[in-house]
Amino acid sequence: MSEPAPIDLPAGLWSQPALDTSAIDGLDAVEPVQSLRAPATLYYDYTPGVATTLFLRAIAEKKLTGEVCPESGKVYIPPRGVSPTSGLVTTELVELAHVGTMVGFCIVNLDFTGNAQEIPYVSALILLDGADVPVYGLVREIPYDEVRVGMRLEPVWVEDSELTTSFENIKWWKPTGEPDASTSDIADHV
Amino acid sequence: MPDEATTIGEEDVLRAPLTLEYPFRRTTGPVIGAFFTGLREGRFIGIEDEQGRVLCPPVEYDPLTGGPLTKLVAVGSEGEVVNWTWNTNVREGQPFDRPFAWAMVKLDGADTPILHAVDVPKEAIVNGLRVRARFADERIGSLADLECFEPVG
Repeated sequence: MSEPAPIDLPAGLWSQPALDTSAIDGLDAVEPVQSLRAPATLYYDYTPGVATTLFLRAIAEKKLTGEVCPESGKVYIPPRGVSPTSGLVTTELVELAHVGTMVGFCIVNLDFTGNAQEIPYVSALILLDGADVPVYGLVREIPYDEVRVGMRLEPVWVEDSELTTSFENIKWWKPTGEPDASTSDIADHV
Repeated sequence: MPDEATTIGEEDVLRAPLTLEYPFRRTTGPVIGAFFTGLREGRFIGIEDEQGRVLCPPVEYDPLTGGPLTKLVAVGSEGEVVNWTWNTNVREGQPFDRPFAWAMVKLDGADTPILHAVDVPKEAIVNGLRVRARFADERIGSLADLECFEPVG
């Protein structure tokens, strides 16, 4: 792996006196080490809890579910068992539509994924019809420079035989072709 | 709006492995860089502090005064165990895949110790044990270039 180019620091911001290597033979003759790989890996045994387990079991059947705040009636996805606004335990699980509105997006030009995703790609917040908070998703099947807030989107699912208890069942989201939502419809979510 | 409602009840929860990986690459700066350059060449580099003591591994600034340190010096590849502990819960990425000793080794010519593994049976690890560095065959400028220490003789 090639070494990154040294960074020129602004004069006066930071400096370190030159090293005295006169007591050491041979080090000047070799390529100096300037950086090193220091990967960090954290291994978790993750449990999503009761509420999100129900969500994941539902998504294995191609259903998108949310929970209702008993105080405000707002619908949260993915469900966590309590309302994040009132703190009350949620008791009602509802199924949400397979269509939503883009309420925010980012055109990603940096390769975060180690080439898993060709750049540029579009990462978006999608407010499902019937939900009060958006979910994250990739947007494809449209040129990235035509993506816009208010666009109507629907999920593209993996093959039925590949469905698992994972949000990755949705490969990406694509435009439905419907007219864009009006700004008043999504005013609370952008 | 939603057209189906279900009451949440007792339910077995899912469980799955989740691995987070951060592929960091860190810049060394000239002093630590010199140390790792030395390791890659199969030798140890230390630095003199303001009192003339030799610190190995080297640091950029004097631990007592905070003044910048610049005088690099060569340190021997043999030394003495000054403290140790026995590692029974071996983790991935550690120098051995069996229980082993971690030791603080004060190299000849250095006044401070370096921490690394020692390839020695549990009954043989003791303070004062003379050890020498065993370097990896393939070295890239990393602490893994120093495979471990092993007893002298």
